[in-house]
Amino acid sequence: MKCIKCRGPAVLELRRHNAAFCAEDFLAFFRKQTVETIRKWKMFTREEPVLVAVSGGKDSLALWDVLLLEGYDATGLYLDLGIYDYSKASRARCEAFAAERGAKLHVVAVADEMGASIPEVKELTRRPTCSACGLSKRYLTNRVALEQGFPVVATGHNLDDEAATLLGSVLHWAPEALARQSPVLPASHPGFVRRVKPFFRISERETAAYAFLRGIDYIVEECPFSRGATSLVYKEVLNRLEEHSPGAKAAFFTTFLQRARPAFERLEEVELRDCARCGQPTTAEVCAFCRLAERVKRAGGDRTGTPVRSEAETDPSELRGLGAAERALP
Amino acid sequence: MRVILRNQGKEVELAGRRRVKDLLRELGLFPEAVLVIRGKELLTSDQVVGEEETIEVRPVVSGGAR
Repeated sequence: MKCIKCRGPAVLELRRHNAAFCAEDFLAFFRKQTVETIRKWKMFTREEPVLVAVSGGKDSLALWDVLLLEGYDATGLYLDLGIYDYSKASRARCEAFAAERGAKLHVVAVADEMGASIPEVKELTRRPTCSACGLSKRYLTNRVALEQGFPVVATGHNLDDEAATLLGSVLHWAPEALARQSPVLPASHPGFVRRVKPFFRISERETAAYAFLRGIDYIVEECPFSRGATSLVYKEVLNRLEEHSPGAKAAFFTTFLQRARPAFERLEEVELRDCARCGQPTTAEVCAFCRLAERVKRAGGDRTGTPVRSEAETDPSELRGLGAAERALP
Repeated sequence: MRVILRNQGKEVELAGRRRVKDLLRELGLFPEAVLVIRGKELLTSDQVVGEEETIEVRPVVSGGAR
């Protein structure tokens, strides 16, 4: 198989593009696709500071790598979920990545904010682990961005993630979720920062290949709580479709954005008010994060009181007083 | 050949040489869901893996309930 650019030996075939690339040309193609997506969807400019939510996995580290190489002002945020050795290993990957590149990384422990680590939240409240994890990530990435003066949070969600989420929403005909799913969520309230997904057109296999070819030491092992996750079943189904019809995943998601999402968006009218506890926008009297933190406290697990940690240059006293983002909540 | 199935914690030994696409079919894996790695290089589906070689089949699918 030959590279479509230089005719040298290919290392990666992309059937949906009817193309194959050598390592050098694939890396250039990947970077170009990312930058074009950022520009076309007006995600952010090179003049805006961007907070990149990093997990130590292939997608988020590949995103941070591309942004730094392309001259964006990108700072990492690692949320320590407290998931035993998995969190230790993933945090070490993020710290090593930042150190090698001289990039800034903020580290915030969920236990310091919620009163318990993610596995402890499950024990104390019975709330499913992935649900508590997702809620904490949405809330804390937004809050830290606001407090640190970042107008935008970028995440490493890729085409497979988006297609799987869409499939789940369609299977349940969930209009709120369908209205919300977008590569760009604008800051629709002063308490929200913009959220963007620069990899939404790029497949999971491409981000893995990019990370491998760039020599990025990412955590290959999966979160121990992801075993049996429904999203993995959706991804398998979508990969079966992709095997039969290359381009099926991209068509599913991009035609949703073009043809269906606008209709759901018109239906979605949410009234926001300030959370009575933390002041952040919410649809309820108390936001979902504060409600969960209260349940943790009632169950005897409160370990808060430790300020948000930043390993870069944050003054912890500046990190207080701002709160929740629960736009993905009922 | 020795095939390391990353994240499954297992290895399989197969006799003879094979094209990557045939190997993945035999293992019941979707090409879209894995990278096939030999040393520091990625292999495309038409490449042949020799009997004495070791390759890693690395899953690319990640995520929980998001």
